[in-house]
Amino acid sequence: MNIIVCIKQVPDTTTVKIDPVKGTLIREGVPSIMNPDDKGGLELALQFKEKYGATVTVVTMGPPQADTILREAFAMGADRAILLSDRRFAGADTLATSYALAGCIKTLDYDLIIAGRQAIDGDTAQVGPEMAEHLGLPQISYVIGAEKTAKGFLVKKELEDGVQTLEVEGACLLTVLASAYQPRYMTVSGIIEAYNREVEVWSADKIDVEETKLGLKGSPTKVFKSFPKALKPAGETFEVSEEEAVELIISKLKEKHII
Amino acid sequence: MELTDYKNIFVFAEQRNGVIQNVAFELLGKARDLADTTGEKVVAMLLGEKIADKAQTLIERGADEVIVVDTPILKDYLTEQYAQAIYHIIMERKPSIVLYGATTIGRDLAPRLACKLHTGLVADCTKLTIEDTEDGRKEFRSTRPAFGGNLMATIVCPNTRPQMSTVRAGVMQKREAEVGRKGTITPMTIPFDESRFKVRIVKTETYDKKTLDITDAKILVSGGRGVHDAEGFKKLQGLADVMGGMVSSSRAMVDNGVMDHAYQVGQTGKTVRPQLYMACGISGAIQHLAGMEESGYIVAINKDKFAPIFNVADLGIVGDLHKIVPMLTERIKKEMDK
Repeated sequence: MNIIVCIKQVPDTTTVKIDPVKGTLIREGVPSIMNPDDKGGLELALQFKEKYGATVTVVTMGPPQADTILREAFAMGADRAILLSDRRFAGADTLATSYALAGCIKTLDYDLIIAGRQAIDGDTAQVGPEMAEHLGLPQISYVIGAEKTAKGFLVKKELEDGVQTLEVEGACLLTVLASAYQPRYMTVSGIIEAYNREVEVWSADKIDVEETKLGLKGSPTKVFKSFPKALKPAGETFEVSEEEAVELIISKLKEKHII
Repeated sequence: MELTDYKNIFVFAEQRNGVIQNVAFELLGKARDLADTTGEKVVAMLLGEKIADKAQTLIERGADEVIVVDTPILKDYLTEQYAQAIYHIIMERKPSIVLYGATTIGRDLAPRLACKLHTGLVADCTKLTIEDTEDGRKEFRSTRPAFGGNLMATIVCPNTRPQMSTVRAGVMQKREAEVGRKGTITPMTIPFDESRFKVRIVKTETYDKKTLDITDAKILVSGGRGVHDAEGFKKLQGLADVMGGMVSSSRAMVDNGVMDHAYQVGQTGKTVRPQLYMACGISGAIQHLAGMEESGYIVAINKDKFAPIFNVADLGIVGDLHKIVPMLTERIKKEMDK
């Protein structure tokens, strides 16, 4: 079985701080990590490799320094790593990103494609389903369990209030939740070896795409503006009768559309 | 693509087991406001089996027209089936804007369609506006949190149509139902390509409410030392129940065995970001605040007016929770029955 896992290098947004005076993001010193849902997806692929036998190829699109997460994937057990890196990919929104990744995957052999549900820097959850559409494959998102069957895969999907079991025929794309797949640690020998292995760096010329659909040019959405989240103004505290307190709470909850 | 060919605001009216989801009504409320500024129509898309009788409720909540696709194929949500149906509707009717709930269904369906239609999609929006541009156009703008909620971004989709956005449940406000409001109901048949149906539902299990995770709750009624005991937590549970929320706890009440660790908020418990966090009898140690200060709206009830919880609360009440919580429960019950 050939499994392709799409991963992304992201800033660890949980460590981002806001400058209390200027209200801007402090990006210095924020570490770059493999996106947690993607790492969960890689873990699923490696479990499949152990259970059924598989070749696991990791693919990422990014600047040359994204090489780090591909080597991390090697150290966890991935077999092949491709870095899509080209100025022509720059400025891509989710549609142009999914198009480039799909253009790369089209040139590879695959039985299963795995991606994380969403990346912690964008939180859109769009690239997975958009890749599936570009490739004409069925998709199952919010995956918390999967096994191989004679005809395809049996997959558990998390819903707001439960779990759905789905059966898919043939190749498909799954988007995975980090909470369901605790990623394994890199092995010491894996880490040493990871630095001697080849990460294939591919430009746009090597994949199956039309150049006009790449990067900023190929992106239908544009950022009109971005701004820091408004700092929370101090609230008010009241010492009133119980009846008045209840009415105060009710009117505020109504104002906030909570009730 | 001729942009001016695209008109009106369409809303995906999500239903589960034949029940139209609240988020659909909320989107209709927003769509109505937007459409009124441009003089366009609001059109709901209702897909399912034996759901035609639900179309009128969508009109009462703000739709001018409801397109109904009623077929066993669409009984339960499946990506390909629903994507084919919505794609057909959009190609035939050419909406300018399409809105979806940012649910496990909407967030699965909308990107699939964005790709089929080769258009832009903005996820999990908290604000949607139509504004005048410098060159005299009306522009649809979607604002969403980015970078782990540290930054807000306003996104536009200038050159392709439809412009699509998803919105989380509870963000927009639904309109009160206007009984007897008139609108058009349009049944539609979809020429499905069944050879592309590759996924089948084996089973759907719904969680027992009690095993739900507090990090998923939109409303948390949280108790601390001031709640005293399990009896006190029953009052909090009553309030949580009428608002469709859950009960959570400070560390103190977990350490003394009143509450299970699964419900603990704070540094050694869970980090929560509900729409509403009601801190009852919680003093607000820094470790507790770390787990809840990102909540949408914080109400604190505490006897001690110097409790640090009041520094992060949007609304602070100095008083006895054992009296206020039951009164509030009764009052909200009445409000909900309206």
